[in-house]
Amino acid sequence: MGGEVAKKGTIIICRCNDVTLDDLMKAIEMGIDDFELLRRYLRLGFGPCQGRSCIMIAARIFARATGKSLGEVLANYKVRPPIVPIPTKLVLRGVKK
Amino acid sequence: MTFYYEGQPVEAYEGESVAVALYAAGFDSLSWSSSLVRPRGLFCMIGKCSSCFMIVDGVPNTKTCREPVREGMRVERQRGWASPVASESVELSELPEVRIDTDVLIVGGGPAGLSAALTLAEFGLDVVLVDEHFKLGGQLLKQTHKFFGSVDLFGGMRGFQIAEDYVKRISSNPRIKVLLESVAYGAFRGGIVGVASKEAHYFVKPKALLASTGAQERYLDFVNNDLPGVIGAGGAQTVMNEYGVKPGERALVVGSGNVGLIVSYQLLQAGVKVEAVVEVLPEIGGWFVHAAKIRRYGIPILLRHTVKEVSGNGRVEKAVVVEVDEKFNPVPGTEKEFDVDLVLLAVGLEPDTRFAMQCGAVARWSPELGGLVPLRTLDLETSVPNLYIAGDSAGIEEATTAIIEGKIAALSIATKLVESSKASKAREEMDKLIRFLWDVYRASPLLARARKGKESVTVSREEMDKLRVEFPPPISFG
Repeated sequence: MGGEVAKKGTIIICRCNDVTLDDLMKAIEMGIDDFELLRRYLRLGFGPCQGRSCIMIAARIFARATGKSLGEVLANYKVRPPIVPIPTKLVLRGVKK
Repeated sequence: MTFYYEGQPVEAYEGESVAVALYAAGFDSLSWSSSLVRPRGLFCMIGKCSSCFMIVDGVPNTKTCREPVREGMRVERQRGWASPVASESVELSELPEVRIDTDVLIVGGGPAGLSAALTLAEFGLDVVLVDEHFKLGGQLLKQTHKFFGSVDLFGGMRGFQIAEDYVKRISSNPRIKVLLESVAYGAFRGGIVGVASKEAHYFVKPKALLASTGAQERYLDFVNNDLPGVIGAGGAQTVMNEYGVKPGERALVVGSGNVGLIVSYQLLQAGVKVEAVVEVLPEIGGWFVHAAKIRRYGIPILLRHTVKEVSGNGRVEKAVVVEVDEKFNPVPGTEKEFDVDLVLLAVGLEPDTRFAMQCGAVARWSPELGGLVPLRTLDLETSVPNLYIAGDSAGIEEATTAIIEGKIAALSIATKLVESSKASKAREEMDKLIRFLWDVYRASPLLARARKGKESVTVSREEMDKLRVEFPPPISFG
């Protein structure tokens, strides 16, 4: 399995959702020029690590490709709860009959 | 003790995390990624990434770097994320819901959080200290090198000894309630913070809050950058320094900042051969004293080089590095191959500011501090009143500054919450410490870059008042 993986030459940007550098560049070529739109399109930062691994590397690549500053790229970046994974049952308690 | 990995018994030591115990037993891959089904192994080792998520006693998405081994536990690899279960089979929580009213909630028990907790307790304030790990100390736990500086700032002590000293004083202090293996997952209207722990679901209502949530490792784009064996340098330090497990046999270290240089030296001490340190810039990033140490051992530091590709069957077996030009583009034909089983990423840290940002703190991009960081006043209050930040989550610097910042934030909180005679004492101490931090400690040329970054995100009280009008905080504490 690992040997095949190596041959593909994949560069991973988001480890949670398996978003690759290729996916990112294709989306930018397609005309996505807003980082928040890109995030929604590729589900970058939507996995259980909530973007802790991918947001900054993706923002840097996006800034370089679009000629924007990182401040601009991240201007509308929002963080929503839960900011870390929690068991679903914790929040389901309220519906117990 | 013995636990079971996919049915087979694994021997482990008490106090180890599941991820470390499996790694020590020779299991490189812990999970399969969600859509491309790629093997994933250890990466950050401090609960920030998602590489070590496994099924533990039937519960998927368990962070095994934060899960202590228990006799007889059953661990399995998972593929992707757990699928949603049918609503009728959802098990409802039996955990009690507990409300805690307290003076101060501290999120993160690293150097900043520890120093703040003790200072607050000294002023007679009640503190709830939350940490994700099963022990306090944060990244001090893996710092085996001696700290520089004066004795009252722990100069001459090693990081883990500083943590031990703090933990001893904190655990005997009745004013500090410590919640381990607990996560502050969000702040909500009414100034309530949800904390999920194994014993209870807490709703904490603090008068003030300190987010000392640390940092995570910066990721790097190269072919097969997720192959097991590609580990954050800090992750490798956790494996060898905190748990005493040799992380591999032959390593390539990417990045020559202090973390890269120190980890190289520690790898040597652990008996790992360091083939080379690569640095994309034309000069070494870290302090001369650390670089000199590893050069003395004959480890080449390849400037203007980066890693292009790694490969291997289920684990790194080979790494290809390449020279870069002034624009950081690879120069064809300059590739060099290294037979290594470890590639450590030491290309910088990013502040973990998610807690403060979710609370609505106004943030600004700072390249010197490693990312988007909340704006703050000199006493470290953010645009959300009574929400403070300190340590790496306030912008990457180092552990001693984190200790100082934690204390400054605590003293500022004390000025608001204690009676007037003690409040003026707190103010006096705080002003003295702020002057020391900026005029003495950060005057060192070694901290020039961090100082420049911190200057760019520190605003006056008046500017902060304006920011609060322009961006009204969605949540208020107090």
